[in-house]
Amino acid sequence: MKIHEYQAKELLRKYGVVTPRGFHTVSVDGAVKAAEELGGKVWVVKAQIHAGGRGKGGGVKLARSLDEVRQYANDILGMQLITHQTGPEGQKVRNLLIEEGADIKKEYYVAALTDRATQKVAMMASSEGGMDIEEVAHSTPEKILKEFVDPLVGLTDAQAENLARGIGVPEASVAKAVDTLKRLYTCYMETDASLAEINPLILEGNGNIKALDAKFNFDSNALYRHPEIVDFRDFDEEDADEIEASKFDLAYISLDGNIGCLVNGAGLAMATMDTIKLFGAEPANFLDVGGGATTEKVTEAFKIMLKNPKVKGILVNIFGGIMKCDTIATGVVAAAKEVNLSVPLVVRMKGTNEDLGKKILAESGLPIISADTMAEAATKIVAAVK
Amino acid sequence: MSILINKDTKIITQGITGKTGQFHTEKCIEYANGKNCFVAGVNPKKAGEKIFDVPIYASVKEAAADTGATVSVIYVPPAGAADAIWEACEADLDLAICITEGIPVRDMLVVRNKMKQKVAKGGKETLLLGPNCPGLITPDEVKIGIMPGHIHRKGRIGVVSRSGTLTYEAVAQLTEIGLGQSSAVGIGGDPINGLKHIDVMRMFNDDPDTDAVIMIGEIGGPDEAEAAMWCKANMKKPIVGFIAGVTAPAGKRMGHAGALISGGADTADAKLAIMEECGFKVTRNPSEMGKLLKAML
Repeated sequence: MKIHEYQAKELLRKYGVVTPRGFHTVSVDGAVKAAEELGGKVWVVKAQIHAGGRGKGGGVKLARSLDEVRQYANDILGMQLITHQTGPEGQKVRNLLIEEGADIKKEYYVAALTDRATQKVAMMASSEGGMDIEEVAHSTPEKILKEFVDPLVGLTDAQAENLARGIGVPEASVAKAVDTLKRLYTCYMETDASLAEINPLILEGNGNIKALDAKFNFDSNALYRHPEIVDFRDFDEEDADEIEASKFDLAYISLDGNIGCLVNGAGLAMATMDTIKLFGAEPANFLDVGGGATTEKVTEAFKIMLKNPKVKGILVNIFGGIMKCDTIATGVVAAAKEVNLSVPLVVRMKGTNEDLGKKILAESGLPIISADTMAEAATKIVAAVK
Repeated sequence: MSILINKDTKIITQGITGKTGQFHTEKCIEYANGKNCFVAGVNPKKAGEKIFDVPIYASVKEAAADTGATVSVIYVPPAGAADAIWEACEADLDLAICITEGIPVRDMLVVRNKMKQKVAKGGKETLLLGPNCPGLITPDEVKIGIMPGHIHRKGRIGVVSRSGTLTYEAVAQLTEIGLGQSSAVGIGGDPINGLKHIDVMRMFNDDPDTDAVIMIGEIGGPDEAEAAMWCKANMKKPIVGFIAGVTAPAGKRMGHAGALISGGADTADAKLAIMEECGFKVTRNPSEMGKLLKAML
């Protein structure tokens, strides 16, 4: 689960990381009021969406008067902000963060994330702050430093000092940077984050260290023990169909193609999408109905897939293990009838009670096309939509 | 022979009294020699009782001491699953198989590091399979986990995969063309897990009763590439490889917690390329895994 920058900073402050002062608002008047309350002569008006690259897309502006604050807030609120992470349609800006200006002397990058290979927490730091870190990793990988933290020990002073000195924090500010890194690590662990990134972490003229921008991602398996983080969830930033699917315990992700697919198991679902592509078309979605594909779940899955106007055909691929093929066939027939299915449907079922399942499909009176293998199913659905 | 388990393996079921645990324990007992293999269950509140004629103990340690069991299978719900894994380790079992899906990553991080620390201090190593996996099976001998037993046939092909249903797909293809399996192993779809592709490939390489292997992976993480590099230098048996997720967009979690493209080296294309370079027969068509393998024998 992702959160907004203003929420990430709220979380960091809770853990004692210093950030610029600022207020969240959803209106132009609120933006001006926030600037008045902050005082000073310079303010930053920042669009809040769940995507990076906001500055380049015109979503971050430096205002030097209250009139400029009003002007920029007016420009940014409601705009379709397009960044390299939003896709070409962009994301509508509904929230703003109004912050005091900062005296930036140097920008760094720091982050915590879980490293699969070492099964430890990787604390990363770079002197190249403020940039797209994937770009840095690609062009100058030597500028990214890593310390692997044993969760039974925690981030040690020595590790934090290595990072701080390694990225060139001046000696007078090393203690402050170490403190920030340790607080970031604690925050990462205690909130069950899967990514906690401060980019940039800045050195101010007075030697202070501040988090100027922050991004968090959380482990959805652990949200049950963090109601305070669940409260941060902003449904406006998420795909409506994915939200709807999650209510029925369906893992759904919309894609750009025109063939809907309904599969049990994540790996088989991806393999089915890949097969569709291999045979000349593109999948419209990823959809894993999980182990218990009941009639209700299959019906909801059909409804969600068909909401997508691009869908010209559906491929159902079920490996009946514990779940029997006849049960699934009954579900598919009921679902197809309930939604008045008008696009071609290819069903490939394998496993327990396969023949019984095929019989149910054949006798349903519906124009369901049956297939034996994934390749055959993909060939047939691709032909049917052309 | 086979890898990790056989008809003489004695197994403890942790979470035997829960709905999932009960359902699958019954199926496992019904399969092949299961009746003699599943010797104990664990639930501190129901110690002394029996379920499917299997005695329930208060702890893994007691169950192991009383029955001589060396393997446990875990169906405990996510919030307590990492503790259940640790209990199996503290009882010095040979292998813990964790079926549970949805364990917080931090819990797995902590328990994996505790397991490594125990070994570093000279303690006995308990292997972990999973979590979030279907388990493993040695056909006609014993099945530990949630896979449908009837699709398997005894034979000489090894199967290893992160995905459950994709493992069944490969197994069914093999069985259909007359190739049985020595063992089929699901290592699970979570980012922090126990046995990896490389570990299982090593075991298949050493197993005199395995002639060839199907290795199935998916997007995310470095494991398949590591296994491929190891195979290039060491593997003496033919391998067919498939990676799911060529069409998966970057940055999106595809159902499995571990199935997320985060860098560039962990895309399906990148992994397929490395595997091919390391001598695997790779395919982009998952329907032909079995056929390709047969052609290599």
